[in-house]
Amino acid sequence: MTTSSSERGVSLGMPELPAPAYPDDVRARLETDAREIIARYPDSRSALLPLLHLVQSEEGHVTRTGMRFCADVLNLTTAEVTAVATFYTMYRRRPSGDYQVGVCTNTLCAVMGGDAIFESLQEHLGVGNGETTDDGKVTLEHIECNAACDFAPVVMVNWEFFDNQTPATAKRLVDDLRAGAPVEPTRGAPLCTFKETARILAGFPDERPGAVEASGGAGPASLVGLRLARGEAAPARVVHPRDGGPHDEPQDRAVHDPSPTQHLSSHDAPQDTSASDPAHPAGPTAEEGE
Amino acid sequence: MTLAPELKDTSPEKLLAPVLSAFWDEDKSWTLDVYRRHEGYEGLRKALAMSPDDLIAYVKESGLRGRGGAGFPTGMKWQFIPQGDGKPHYLVVNADESEPGTCKDIPLLFANPHSLIEGIVIACYAIRSSHAFIYLRGEVVPVLRRLHEAVREAYAAGYLGENILGSGLNLELTVHAGAGAYICGEETALLDSLEGRRGQPRLRPPFPAVAGLYACPTVVNNVESIASVPAILQKGKDWFRSMGSEKSPGFTLYSLSGHVTSPGQYEAPLGITLRQLLEMSGGMRAGHRLKFWTPGGSSTPMFTDEHLDVPLDYEGVGAAGSMLGTKALQCFDETTCVVRAVTRWTEFYAHESCGKCTPCREGTYWLVQLLRDIEAGKGVMSDLDKLNDIADNINGKSFCALGDGAASPIFSSLKYFREEYEQHITGRGCPFDPAKSTAWADRTEVNA
Repeated sequence: MTTSSSERGVSLGMPELPAPAYPDDVRARLETDAREIIARYPDSRSALLPLLHLVQSEEGHVTRTGMRFCADVLNLTTAEVTAVATFYTMYRRRPSGDYQVGVCTNTLCAVMGGDAIFESLQEHLGVGNGETTDDGKVTLEHIECNAACDFAPVVMVNWEFFDNQTPATAKRLVDDLRAGAPVEPTRGAPLCTFKETARILAGFPDERPGAVEASGGAGPASLVGLRLARGEAAPARVVHPRDGGPHDEPQDRAVHDPSPTQHLSSHDAPQDTSASDPAHPAGPTAEEGE
Repeated sequence: MTLAPELKDTSPEKLLAPVLSAFWDEDKSWTLDVYRRHEGYEGLRKALAMSPDDLIAYVKESGLRGRGGAGFPTGMKWQFIPQGDGKPHYLVVNADESEPGTCKDIPLLFANPHSLIEGIVIACYAIRSSHAFIYLRGEVVPVLRRLHEAVREAYAAGYLGENILGSGLNLELTVHAGAGAYICGEETALLDSLEGRRGQPRLRPPFPAVAGLYACPTVVNNVESIASVPAILQKGKDWFRSMGSEKSPGFTLYSLSGHVTSPGQYEAPLGITLRQLLEMSGGMRAGHRLKFWTPGGSSTPMFTDEHLDVPLDYEGVGAAGSMLGTKALQCFDETTCVVRAVTRWTEFYAHESCGKCTPCREGTYWLVQLLRDIEAGKGVMSDLDKLNDIADNINGKSFCALGDGAASPIFSSLKYFREEYEQHITGRGCPFDPAKSTAWADRTEVNA
């Protein structure tokens, strides 16, 4: 224990005050959405996961205020809501970027180049795992298997698929995101912000024209077997259109030498919650704009 | 033997059997229009003409077994639902596809979501359920979009909602996005999660068929299992049984990934071998050979090139010492360090262990510590037995199969590659160059 509670600005003698509520207009709007979500389920508590996505779509991460809102509408305690919000990795606990860039570093993608991609993005962006660039655009993360192993190595941006990546394509991708250039996934719709994505996850369909059909049908790897079964020749290995080529940077690290402290999975350590993270008291303007 | 029959034996037209994937390459394959052009919702009409009990018997007789890993007969799961008990019954589709290497349900739902919806209506008619749920992992927004749209289309066309096709069947279907937790692919953890709780497995019994969602009788089925039902109804159980073997009948999606020439989805009768799949698809990437592979995701004990001819069905893979699992064939070539691969999988299990059971929570943590040391050249020989011992203390000693899954790569890699672990210890480090394993490793060499 190197950091004492007092150094972190927590007063031990005084229980934390309840989180401030949303402003009335925000609350009214969210309550309308919440009623629609709750109506989908025979038991209201089932609405908790989508409601947490909903409050995340409001503020970009799950705040104490958001958790209080969920507790209020579901008649739960904030402790019950916090227990759930901190269990699932998709709920962010602090303010983050507009674009969450997740590099798959589970075994298959890691071996196929995910580790090299993640490393080169950390270097290129100057941020570590879970950190956000200064301009607030990109939050870099390593993620677990995202069910696209036949498109390895895979990068997800706001949970849209960017298949068959290389360090060069991934770097161009984050550059485009930061420059505000339009970016289209290999499978998925033109990117919206993280908040807009969270609203879809709350169960509100993407209303943008063309979003459902964007990027067309199945990806090329999904069709390999079908084409062979039809007697068509095995397709050449698909090269991603964004592939400017990995050739400009040969991967010449000779030994694989992970340091345990910087290891990819060092995030196994307990994370702060927005409730316990005094650097980010995590409330609406009423709380933060003192 | 002449050359001709041999050629025929390996011809993809003969060995593959696209059913669910049959029209994935068509324009707008995910829409109701295209699905109906391919006999979509015809299986439902046949099902509704039967009595629910006859329908359950029919699916049982087809021999369809669960495609999510365990291989439990689907019709039997439906039959376990007590009838006339006065409680609501639920169908919950497990679309939380997260097992490392597994990538079949996500492309299926992206390209052909209506096959799942039709299967759901059929299953709900059979088990007398009026509310079904699709629990989709949250990290796949493109699939969520198409599911939202497909469900909307199905309601508008009268395949969902009130009095479906005039049968008197009413059915609500709710698409529910998860929030990132591998454990929620375990059926009882999934139910807790769907009830708005932390996803932690429940002690069984009672099984979900008796006390599942909201303590009511519940069927939890994998996406591919349910999506296979309409074709069985439409084309008949005999057609289905004409594929595969007596105990493992039918077709299924095999997902080939890793250091192969053509990674992708291959739909084939159960019992095809990895050798056949590789031969038809261009083999391992040029200039390399197969070192180890998983038959059904990282939780199934790994195989080596000795096992290329194991029939990939439930019995064949079981007899060879592993499990068919999700048919996620992750292939690694000789450039891959098995210690690195197992370490990464173990880190995954440690990260995803829900913490409920001590052997899994603590055991996966210590496995990671030992493996990281070994990978970094700081291990000692006795660590290898310790790995085995800890894995043995996890295996079979937790509520759910996550613990067993964590032990599998340890046991199997030590069985086949103990020497490689020893090299890391005696050589004080990893003898492999990870750059050589990347997808672009050989491309770079050519251009350098």
